[in-house]
Amino acid sequence: MTAMTMIEAIRDAHVVAMERDDKVVVFGEDVGYFGGVFRCTQGLQERFGDHRCFDSPISEAGIVGAAVGMAAYGLRPCVEIQFADYMYPAYDQIVSEAARLRHRSAGDFTAPLVVRMPTGGGIYGGQTHSQSPEALFTHVAGLKTIVVSNPYDAKGLLIAAIEDDDPVVFLEPKRVYNGPFDGHHDRPIVPWSKHPLGEVPDGHYTIDIGSARIHRAGDEVTVLAYGTLVHVAQAAADEQGIDAEIIDLRTLVPLDVDSIVASVRKTGRCLVVHEATLTSGFGAELCATVQERCLFELEAPIVRVCGWDTPYPHAHEWSYFPGPARVGRAMRDVVSQ
Amino acid sequence: MQSDDDGTKLSLRIPAPARGEHPPDRVRYISRAGEMHKPALDEKVERIALMRKQLVRVIDDDGQAVGDWVPDLTVDEKVRGLRDMMLTRAFDARLLRAHRQGKTSFYMQSLGEEAIACAQQRALRPGDMHFPTYRQQGLLISSGYPLVDMMNQVLSNEFDPLHGRQLPVMYSAKSHGFFSISGNLATQYIQAVGWAMASALSGGTELASAWIGEGATAESDFHAALVFASTYQAPVILNIVNNHWAISTPEDFARGASATFADRGYGFSIPALRVDGNDYLAVYAASQWAAERARTNLGPTLIEWITLRVGAHSTSDDPSVYRPPDETERFPLGDPVERLRRHLESIGEWNDERHESLQAEVDTQIADAFAEADAHGSVKTGDVGSARTLFDDVYAEVPRHLREQRERMEEST
Repeated sequence: MTAMTMIEAIRDAHVVAMERDDKVVVFGEDVGYFGGVFRCTQGLQERFGDHRCFDSPISEAGIVGAAVGMAAYGLRPCVEIQFADYMYPAYDQIVSEAARLRHRSAGDFTAPLVVRMPTGGGIYGGQTHSQSPEALFTHVAGLKTIVVSNPYDAKGLLIAAIEDDDPVVFLEPKRVYNGPFDGHHDRPIVPWSKHPLGEVPDGHYTIDIGSARIHRAGDEVTVLAYGTLVHVAQAAADEQGIDAEIIDLRTLVPLDVDSIVASVRKTGRCLVVHEATLTSGFGAELCATVQERCLFELEAPIVRVCGWDTPYPHAHEWSYFPGPARVGRAMRDVVSQ
Repeated sequence: MQSDDDGTKLSLRIPAPARGEHPPDRVRYISRAGEMHKPALDEKVERIALMRKQLVRVIDDDGQAVGDWVPDLTVDEKVRGLRDMMLTRAFDARLLRAHRQGKTSFYMQSLGEEAIACAQQRALRPGDMHFPTYRQQGLLISSGYPLVDMMNQVLSNEFDPLHGRQLPVMYSAKSHGFFSISGNLATQYIQAVGWAMASALSGGTELASAWIGEGATAESDFHAALVFASTYQAPVILNIVNNHWAISTPEDFARGASATFADRGYGFSIPALRVDGNDYLAVYAASQWAAERARTNLGPTLIEWITLRVGAHSTSDDPSVYRPPDETERFPLGDPVERLRRHLESIGEWNDERHESLQAEVDTQIADAFAEADAHGSVKTGDVGSARTLFDDVYAEVPRHLREQRERMEEST
């Protein structure tokens, strides 16, 4: 076990996957010589050579399109989009091509690839470095969508994603790249080395894609969260003194419905939180799922706390971000009903 | 601040479609057969720069094969090429009729441009991968892919290899080097480059061949493909089939004011040729040249094939609205089947009797295959496979939510 940041865990996952399978290739803007703008691929080119890890032109459609072709050939490309906000030019290749290749060719061709992207706000990135586009992927048949919240999950899920036979969108909230973040922008991030979740096993392990994790057990209310908001929810519960059960979904598609249902049946209450905009966000899917399966066990309406339906603002990001104050107030309201 | 404004209003050049009256200049800078020099495989791109303006042609107006692009093909190989094209044409004609008979929902023929796919298929090797558009059925037919399987897909019946999931002409056949066709234009172009890169990264020997129509070169994926192909010197052939029409939109809208499509290669230092696409021998020779360049790690080659879409875009199209009625007759490069036939006649290896005999053989083969496919019914008769397969192949394994949805579908039907 080693205490790692999420960046280090992601880098370690690459190393493990590339050592085990020489079909794994890594490329994207700045990922080769420089090691990525967040340094997630640092040292890979030196270690595995420039035919396993290399820089690409600044062309997101090119990166993903080439990856589809490589995957169809038989390689396992794991590509980086520098910021999730830049994936829109590649969107067609992800949703129309990678996601559907197996189905449209009746299994004749497949696209086992991973598209990694740093996501979310809280770094003063403005509207073009802060978006959380997960719902744009969860709506698409044929994709698996993962959002990680800590180093242990990041490594185990990234190895699983690279080894998976389907295309996987792997979202890395950059606000928790270096440590768990409680949503208070004026407090320092707690380094992973001082946080139990920062302990990462050496070598190979995987986490099942499609399995949620109970981040914090509790009886009063179920909080469905993923990515950065897992940590914000914990801060809110601690500050409010509420015995909340926080479920880190980890995988949005396929969704671990059983864990959600079991928890909501236990607590009788449900709060859904995410950083992406409210309308048609993944929270709507979660609310519908809970309502379909647990309506008569609910003691209060399901509540959502999300980003506002505006672009992510640079100077006002702490008003936009669903921090522990907003999440805590909603948690209190749900519990008091 | 003083203004130099003289009142001139700004305007744009909007290319004018033919609208049934005046065919635009169809084949720019046309060259004589045999005129074009054949460069060494590793010739510097600057020294072959003019080839992107001129036209590689081998078969002249008398049917003679002339110049240093004449490929080394035996008579039997030429006859096989003629047969491939005639089979493709007969296949198209039968399936077009099937649409008119109400047996299929949709069809797209390749009438007039059969030489390009048929000859390139023969110039490449098994293991190479084509990333085609919907008008390269000749690739499959000349590779010996079962005609009945293709027809089953067009009819979307129970034996459709793609289980009724794809439009009738969007085949997929990995075993025959034919990548699954997407309806989204140009996406396959960069995928082909990625596939070629993967072959090189894996120490493989297989090439990729990317296909696109001239209209779709306006899509950004085309440009991404050229950047990647040039940057990594990928072993890929970059085909642009210029058949002059993107549904009703003439080539003028994608080409730029005075460029050729082959010009696109020059800016990336990719050797680029324009080739008479209705000349089976020129297509074979240019494809072979590009393939040899790729196989010897000299990188990508871009080829603009000049041809004419003689038929409609698809069975949903009415070209009489937008194109000149005599366009085919006025097209200076003629018909690919007739030109190869005349060439074989000119060398004393063909005559009317042999041609009629081959036509009868091809027609019988198509009729027999269609009878077999038609016996299985079609989407129009409701003879389709189980809808249960809808949920297969979305993922490698059927996940829980799709299992539940499949059960719900079966309960409700």
